[in-house]
Amino acid sequence: MMSKKLTSPEKAPQDLLGSLKDAQIRYGHLPHEFMTELAESLKVPVSDVYGVASFYSFLSIKPLGRNVIRICKSLPCYLKNCQVIIDTVEKEIGIKPGQTTPDGRFSFELTNCIGLCDKAPAMLINNDPHVDLTPGKITQILKSYK
Amino acid sequence: MPQERVVLKNCGVIDPKNISTFLDADGFQALNKARQEMTPEEVINEVKVSGLRGRGGAGFPCGIKWEGARNSPADDKYVICNADEGEVGTFKDRYILENDPFSLIEGLAIAGYAVGAGQGYIYLRAEYHYLLDLLESAIKQAREAGYLNGFDIIVREGAGAYVCGEESALMESIEGKRGESRYRPPFPTVAGLWQSPTTINNVETLMNIPRIILNGGGWYSQMGTERSKGTKVFSVSGDVARPGVYEMLLGSTWRELVEELASAENIKLIQIGGATGRIIPRDMIDTPLSFEDILGAGAVTVYDESRDVIDIVYRTAEFLAEESCGKCTPCRQGTEVMVEIMERFSRGEGSVKDIRAMEDLAETMMLTSLCGLGQAAHFVVMDTLKYFRDDYNRRITGN
Repeated sequence: MMSKKLTSPEKAPQDLLGSLKDAQIRYGHLPHEFMTELAESLKVPVSDVYGVASFYSFLSIKPLGRNVIRICKSLPCYLKNCQVIIDTVEKEIGIKPGQTTPDGRFSFELTNCIGLCDKAPAMLINNDPHVDLTPGKITQILKSYK
Repeated sequence: MPQERVVLKNCGVIDPKNISTFLDADGFQALNKARQEMTPEEVINEVKVSGLRGRGGAGFPCGIKWEGARNSPADDKYVICNADEGEVGTFKDRYILENDPFSLIEGLAIAGYAVGAGQGYIYLRAEYHYLLDLLESAIKQAREAGYLNGFDIIVREGAGAYVCGEESALMESIEGKRGESRYRPPFPTVAGLWQSPTTINNVETLMNIPRIILNGGGWYSQMGTERSKGTKVFSVSGDVARPGVYEMLLGSTWRELVEELASAENIKLIQIGGATGRIIPRDMIDTPLSFEDILGAGAVTVYDESRDVIDIVYRTAEFLAEESCGKCTPCRQGTEVMVEIMERFSRGEGSVKDIRAMEDLAETMMLTSLCGLGQAAHFVVMDTLKYFRDDYNRRITGN
């Protein structure tokens, strides 16, 4: 999978974050081989690449599922009982926050405020907002992510 | 009436996908006026006369910021719109972007003209990726209609980091790096993005600019209080019947916002400005909305009598510890210690020594942290210690 060069040669250090974001979309995570090659092509230390890769919560150095569920756990969603939503999702897909389903369909994370507090409790699946959640809505929502 | 639509005047009125509806609502008239009838200095002066202060929380006078960048000699200058609102409980910029991206573009283009920048950036938080197409379409339409000649706008997306809403961390992120705060001075107006003079303004700040240019700084300065001019947009959530976005004349009261408009009942406390913001108890609800008192960036979370103060502080501390960028020791370590201590209180095992430790910590973090995150992290602890000391005392088992 990694035999071909993964990065284009004309990149500059300022493209580091953008390149990682592109790779995140393409591979679903940031493989070690990719980060090493990126460091070479940008002429920066691998530690710099790893430093950026591990800094941002939307980048992942370990493989993620095809769909990433991020349930907001910050106070406005907490006040609207996001714990029930978290429990429902756990039961529905059989994993806890921080885990990925064995079939690779879902990764499940808790996140800090996503700016949907007026429609709490809320979550993002990939980039899609889902709001005013109730346990009854969860099955239907998850069904649309294959 | 405490409500006034200045910033939000087009929201729900225009079609955010269609520039012609914006043009019908006087869209880009302010930009035309600035470019055709005013010098950059006159634009800056008008903003200074208006008394507009930054809406991202710090409240720095906008005109003075622009003047600083204008007067810094350099070939390349930049203007940045901070659309990375990540403060817990804030969603007003999301509402603005969803409903009126054109006014933001117009405000940023006027900023570019005033400062002498050919390039603008909008830094959009990754959590708002679903707004990217709308925003880029609006920029494209403005460009094609000729309003961005000599000035272009690039949207840069974040990747999930609260601290990138802090201006120096934001610039690091645009430069492709870890979003860590910078040492200051130099300030961004002297050495900002790529070490060039740069202004960074909040979405809401820039939304005010076209109104000010079109109607005059004098018109704007008639609204508000002595040192807080204009309106402020608030995101209200938590224990309220009508959560949402409200634009208030500055000088109105918290009561008018949270009780009369958002219909809160049995309020215990209000968290103003999110995790790094302030806490006021119910009996301070007649305090005016102003920089002279307490304002924040617009996040308002209401807690009713059923809520546990210690739980609120503990969760806020956890947020701050998770989101600290880790560059400076007082913030990285201090927020962790806050979590440890609040965890003890939440178990009912706090001590008098813990409270003293947090008071010491608060002062150290305020004086020595690199940026607002660490400098303001103590507010939630110190404010609740001041107004809700009994809630702590009930959880104290030792000395």
